[in-house]
Amino acid sequence: MKSKAIAAPYVVWMAIFTVVPLALVLVFAFTDRSGNFTLENIANVSRYSGVFLSSIWLGALATIICLLLGYPMAYIISRKAGGRQSVMVMLMMLPMWMNFLLRTYAWMTLLENNGLINNFLGLFGIGPLELINTQGAVVLGMVYNFFPYMVLPIYSVLTKLDGRVMEAAQDLGANRIQVFGRVILPLSMPGIISGITMVFVPAVSTFIISKMLGGGANLLIGDLIDMQFLGSAYNPNLGSAISLVLMVLILICMGIMNQFDDGEEEGGIIV
Amino acid sequence: MKTVQAKKKVFNNRIPHRTIRLAAALLCVLLLGSLCACGTSTPSPEEPAPSTGVTINVYNWGEYISDGSDGSLDVNEEFTRRTGIEVNYTTFATNEELYAKLSIGGTDYDVIIPSDYMVGKLIENNMLQKLDFSNIPNFELIDEEFRNPQYDPTNEYSVPYTWGVVGIFYNTNMVDVDPDNVSWDLLWDERYAGQILMFDNPRDAFAIAQARLGQSFNTTDPADWEAAAEELMKQKPLVQSYVMDQIFNKMGNNEAALAPYYAGDGAILLEENEDLAFAVPKEGTNKFVDAMCIPVGSQHKAEAEAYINFMCDVEIATANIEYIGYSTPESAVKEQLDPEIAENEMFYPSDEVLDRSEIFTNLPDDTNLLLDSLWLQVKTGGSDSTVALIAVLIGFIMVYIGIVVYKKIKAKRLRS
Repeated sequence: MKSKAIAAPYVVWMAIFTVVPLALVLVFAFTDRSGNFTLENIANVSRYSGVFLSSIWLGALATIICLLLGYPMAYIISRKAGGRQSVMVMLMMLPMWMNFLLRTYAWMTLLENNGLINNFLGLFGIGPLELINTQGAVVLGMVYNFFPYMVLPIYSVLTKLDGRVMEAAQDLGANRIQVFGRVILPLSMPGIISGITMVFVPAVSTFIISKMLGGGANLLIGDLIDMQFLGSAYNPNLGSAISLVLMVLILICMGIMNQFDDGEEEGGIIV
Repeated sequence: MKTVQAKKKVFNNRIPHRTIRLAAALLCVLLLGSLCACGTSTPSPEEPAPSTGVTINVYNWGEYISDGSDGSLDVNEEFTRRTGIEVNYTTFATNEELYAKLSIGGTDYDVIIPSDYMVGKLIENNMLQKLDFSNIPNFELIDEEFRNPQYDPTNEYSVPYTWGVVGIFYNTNMVDVDPDNVSWDLLWDERYAGQILMFDNPRDAFAIAQARLGQSFNTTDPADWEAAAEELMKQKPLVQSYVMDQIFNKMGNNEAALAPYYAGDGAILLEENEDLAFAVPKEGTNKFVDAMCIPVGSQHKAEAEAYINFMCDVEIATANIEYIGYSTPESAVKEQLDPEIAENEMFYPSDEVLDRSEIFTNLPDDTNLLLDSLWLQVKTGGSDSTVALIAVLIGFIMVYIGIVVYKKIKAKRLRS
């Protein structure tokens, strides 16, 4: 009873700011301008499949890069002594104290043809390389901005790992690679999965990164939705339909990820 | 018309000028005030009017009012001081944002300042109130050529605020062109591949292609729009990026050589990089007008009209125009400006240029939809294949089902 009372503000909050908007998105997605039921919006979404595919591709790429860079980093941090650990976590979090837009803006000045990187390369007679306004720049922006979201969940899982489990594995004759592959990695799976979700979802739906670093020509789903609401043809119905399809896509992706998670846990219990 | 991310103090050198004028005005007022100190109930300007307790909501473009920075006159504060009406001032970045806000409802704006075609759209959708011009005597100051515009033919709904034209800003060190013979073809010139910036909003971008093709900006013929889209697709490989505000940065530090933009922001651009020059291409261009309107739902119409009237006042409008840099629709204000500005073709183009320009009007809904989908095609490069998305979706679901089935089998085997 008591716990219910404590949860009340959260329930109210969720109802007003999550459930109602979601319901509105649903209603908008399945109605036309005059409010009649229609499936046309959903059908029209397929016209933008190219944008969907490239967003999923770029988002997945950014997620994989984040994972490949983030896992070793989380592992290294979690093996450090207490004081050093908090300093390293702090250093990683430091950029997040700055505004997201500002950080992305900074990359613009770095990557531009007259930017710092190209100016530096110019000293050695290289370039100028075309860095900004490319898909690579968009992926870089995603990796840079969402990297901490990958490291933190993995790190928090790794620090909670029971050292005795690893010692036991070593006692039983596992070498370092085996300890990692058969003990640490499976046990850190929940962290990996929440890391992947926390990077993939915002990366797929971002729009400002592609606007700033992609030169406005590398459109993502987020830009597409933005255009429906703030474009010349104000069309919240199509915008909601696109959001809905995006939500379904993300739900499926998360479903797949959760299957991996459960599988390992089950395996762990049975073995 | 448009937002400016970091408005710099462009008119610094003229501040003493203004201060003197203000001081003079104040002196006159003081003298007058002391002459008729006994009697009249009208509050003298140096004494704040008693608060009326009314607050009006004003919704304007970002950086589009003299706000008291760099020694300029804080127009809203001055309004409150003179009338006792508080101003709740908020800003938007695009006409479409304004439209979205208004059509969602929930916020009661009293004064809005959209552009020409958006005024037309709002009138068409019955979202504006007719103005009571007896409350706006200063409307007389508006020049004849700005009355009864195409977007508001009977001039019942709007009072012009500022205007300007679109032209090409180019870097004189990087672009080799005769300033008197600039053409929109410059933005399709392969010599400047990768150094061209383009508008990141469909209406302005298409207008440039349309000017090249000799079409009207307000055509409703789908073939015209498709032809314009074709031109933009041809241009795309040469375009460095599609931007709005970022133009200040990119043109400022020589990152790009050519960019179409609004003349009113020229002063800031030229201050950022003195190698820049401005020209209105010979094929003609878009002339835009931003106008003050009162939306349906305004709770304080009379006070809103007082605000509009106040904005048209010569002294206030002059301070405003000096600060924001766009052009004024009032000759009396133009006379007050620094001759360097008033005679500058960038801000007050010759009649010959204006004859070649056209104002946007509101497009019908299906043309707008076509415009949006063509714009998307331009930006994403061609039409998309529907099959691919469905294939990916099915692929995902298959993977999902596959894993679930695999786990079931595995669990069964372990149990047996």
